[in-house]
Amino acid sequence: MAERVLMRNFDRADSHTLAVYRQHGGYAAWEKARTLEPAALVEEVKQSNLRGLGGAGFPTGAKWSFIPKNHTGPVYLVVNADEGEPGTFKDRYLLEKDPHALIEGMLIAARAIRSALGFVYIRGEYVQPWRRFSGAVTEAYDAGLLGQGFDVVVHRGAGAYICGEETGLISSLEGKKGWPKVKPPFPAIKGAFGQPTIVNNVETLACVPPIIGRGAAWFAGLGTKTQGGTRMYSVSGRVRKPGVYEAPVSVTLRQLIELAGGVSHTGRLKAVVPGGGSAAILTADEIDVVMDVDGLRNAGSMIGSAGVVVLDESASIPEALMVLARFYAHESCGQCTPCRESTGWIYKMVHRIVDGHGRKDDLDTILDLARRGAGTTICAFYDGAVGPYISYIQKFRSEFEALCRA
Amino acid sequence: MPSVKLTIDGKEIEVEAGTNLIEAARRLGIEVPHYCYHPGLSIAGQCRLCMVDIEKAPRPTIACNTPAADGMVVHTQTDRVKETRRSVMEFHLINHPLDCPVCDQAGECWLQIYYMKHGLYEPRMADEKVHKPKAVPLGPHVILDAERCILCSRCVRFCDEITATGELGIFNRGDHSEIGLFPGRDLENNYSGNVVDICPVGALTDRDFRFQVRVWYLDTTKSICPGCARGCNIDVHVNRKRPHHAGGRRVARLKPRFNDAVNAWWMCDVGRYGFRRVDDADRVTVPQRRNGAERLDAGWDEAVAAVAEALGRHAPDEIAILASPDQSNEDLFALRRLCEARGIRQVAFRVPPAIASADDDFLLRADRHPNTRGAELVGLDGDAAGILAAARAGRVKLLWVFEHDLLSSGLPEARPALERVETLVWSGANANATSALAHHVLPLAAWVERDGTFTNFLGRVQRFRAAVEPLGEARAGWDVVGRVLAALGTPGTGSRAEHWFRALATSVPAFAGLTYQAIGDGGAMVAGAPPTTAPTPPGRRAPATVTA
Repeated sequence: MAERVLMRNFDRADSHTLAVYRQHGGYAAWEKARTLEPAALVEEVKQSNLRGLGGAGFPTGAKWSFIPKNHTGPVYLVVNADEGEPGTFKDRYLLEKDPHALIEGMLIAARAIRSALGFVYIRGEYVQPWRRFSGAVTEAYDAGLLGQGFDVVVHRGAGAYICGEETGLISSLEGKKGWPKVKPPFPAIKGAFGQPTIVNNVETLACVPPIIGRGAAWFAGLGTKTQGGTRMYSVSGRVRKPGVYEAPVSVTLRQLIELAGGVSHTGRLKAVVPGGGSAAILTADEIDVVMDVDGLRNAGSMIGSAGVVVLDESASIPEALMVLARFYAHESCGQCTPCRESTGWIYKMVHRIVDGHGRKDDLDTILDLARRGAGTTICAFYDGAVGPYISYIQKFRSEFEALCRA
Repeated sequence: MPSVKLTIDGKEIEVEAGTNLIEAARRLGIEVPHYCYHPGLSIAGQCRLCMVDIEKAPRPTIACNTPAADGMVVHTQTDRVKETRRSVMEFHLINHPLDCPVCDQAGECWLQIYYMKHGLYEPRMADEKVHKPKAVPLGPHVILDAERCILCSRCVRFCDEITATGELGIFNRGDHSEIGLFPGRDLENNYSGNVVDICPVGALTDRDFRFQVRVWYLDTTKSICPGCARGCNIDVHVNRKRPHHAGGRRVARLKPRFNDAVNAWWMCDVGRYGFRRVDDADRVTVPQRRNGAERLDAGWDEAVAAVAEALGRHAPDEIAILASPDQSNEDLFALRRLCEARGIRQVAFRVPPAIASADDDFLLRADRHPNTRGAELVGLDGDAAGILAAARAGRVKLLWVFEHDLLSSGLPEARPALERVETLVWSGANANATSALAHHVLPLAAWVERDGTFTNFLGRVQRFRAAVEPLGEARAGWDVVGRVLAALGTPGTGSRAEHWFRALATSVPAFAGLTYQAIGDGGAMVAGAPPTTAPTPPGRRAPATVTA
């Protein structure tokens, strides 16, 4: 197995403590970053080809550089720890096992964007991660790492998937209903509390200390041409050893399934969701795909949050779609008409099909609705919700039709 | 303000920088359909109906949140824009109940209008619709049908951004989202009726209006709210076509009419729901004279002759007139003519209410009369208490009171004063305790029954127009006074309100140069008054600076 960068400390006893983190080189990158100018830090991260690991895959250094140069008021750093993408559980491990990596990443990022205040928005259901991270924050304050020009506020979410969308998260953080905001303005211009704000995923920020510590070139070299580093793949479903696996982003889906012990149950692969619920499903023939942003895009899917869900021969694709459709109908925030109305409608249709009351017309209606969906709403939730439905029906249409009456 | 030039559907237009594409298109006469956008509220961008194509953009964009830019080329009628609108209409309607026949909004519903213009798809929804609460009273004036709601959030934004009262929110998620009150709240702010106006569908309806008359039977007349000194511009909706509906009430409802200089899009509930008196049973409809305890109907000729005779009989210093700030500039000017003709000097119009009102925090003024400023400018200000004191002392033989009920006013000892007067003449629209004491009662047309102008507290002269015929034999104030003047030998000024206004404009310098044409629909300032703008709503004011 390749070198572990993000999970380097996971196997150590008490890896979540400051002492253990420091003992293994923790906060050395921060010490180095303190001697560098903010612009140099941004440039280093740009050179590393680090791309956001929360789902959208946006280049992190470029995002940092969007903060207006002439802004004189506060700038906020917001950490998106509202990990809610179906099949994704990597940030949870980082928060529990290496919380100081995130704090160190935040310190460096804050210096890069000249922020004096960071918010960490932790998914409400993540109790242990919240405890561990809060403990680490206390340690960091006691050690004088925080509170010396950079403060951290830990905020717990209340269990809405949409609060993982960066502007939904900001609304929620501001004390409002977690509705995504109309863009423009983008958060880097006008974000939390009306101030320029950078929202980064936990894992993304955990990559920053190694980048600064060991250099952008090293990090970029771990990955592909367009994306540097390794990332943590959450592998679940019908595999023998489900869990989080760190691998260079050049890993293929086939290799990942092997890392996770191979297909369980029937042992015969049927399909894989490669990047969380919002990613198009891949068939057993499509798993030689490189698991980086571009590799999956070229395969007509999405790496998203790298939540890999494996389905073996015995799994029902219509049922899988029904579960997914129920999730999105339940989690649509209800703000934009197409998403609010059609996620519920599609769920009713898929449910009816699974119940044996479907018509083949329903499949065409679902496809038509899903195809119309792209780009018609405020945020990407709707694209992520209905987009993958197309792949389920197109690639496994006969399975759906077998359930339909007419 | 810098301007930008753009092209919409092949037509070039120059607009102020920052103007969004809906407004820019509107100026070209191009309607971009929309639900959540309202020019008086913040941009929500959530109905997704106002999509337009912008050249070089990969896909249709919402027009409401897109500012016009130099060189921008916009298309509002491309195939994919039409297709997007059709989709959005379908989504808006899949869970909407098909209850138009019993919905009060039918006929002025933007789901109906836009379905016919932009929908016209074959319905595909065959599953059970989402059910939500129906007929939920939100407050004294507004009732909610959550199933009909399209969640445009205009009402929520209104309560946040205009009244800053924040009663409403959107609760739950997805297609179970619904508008509702926060716990323990009622929608009882003084502007609650506006949420009915801005609701594009039948979700929020007016408890006062609903089920009274179908909207397609209504006629609309431009008018001015008589409820206070602000003079909010309104439309009066009257039902002439179905007189047997709504218990025979002719005025069905008042709606605010946009005027950026006065009230913008809004009006208060005090004004909105204060119109019912015009159809109340206490309207006086024929001239009457009192013979002891007996009340006799009289013809106008007889009534005018009697009042003229009394005015001629008494010496000018034995005559007093109590005009009303509810009267129009034209009415008040006719009274001024009468005073000049007979040399009457005891004139006043201010009668304090028994319980003083207060300004609210937005439009409503403590002065609950529409034309106090007009009465001042016409020159009828005087000492009402002094007149009553003179009457009590027996020095007033003839007192002509317009509209006021002195007995329920803040003036002390009105009854002995009125009982001492030899000839008490009362003119007004609705009978009251003072009219009951009068020897002659001359019925006046209510404000919706005649043309005229009011001058608001900032000096803005605004026209209101006759929406319905006067009840019975009621006449406009200027007409009654004009007839009395004629009977006294002073030739009449004219047979229309406009004639009286013309005479006013030539006689009173403040009104110099003003004509009905110049006043138009938006009003005009009296001489020397600076131009006005609608006040900033409470929700838009900068928070008070906190000093330590």
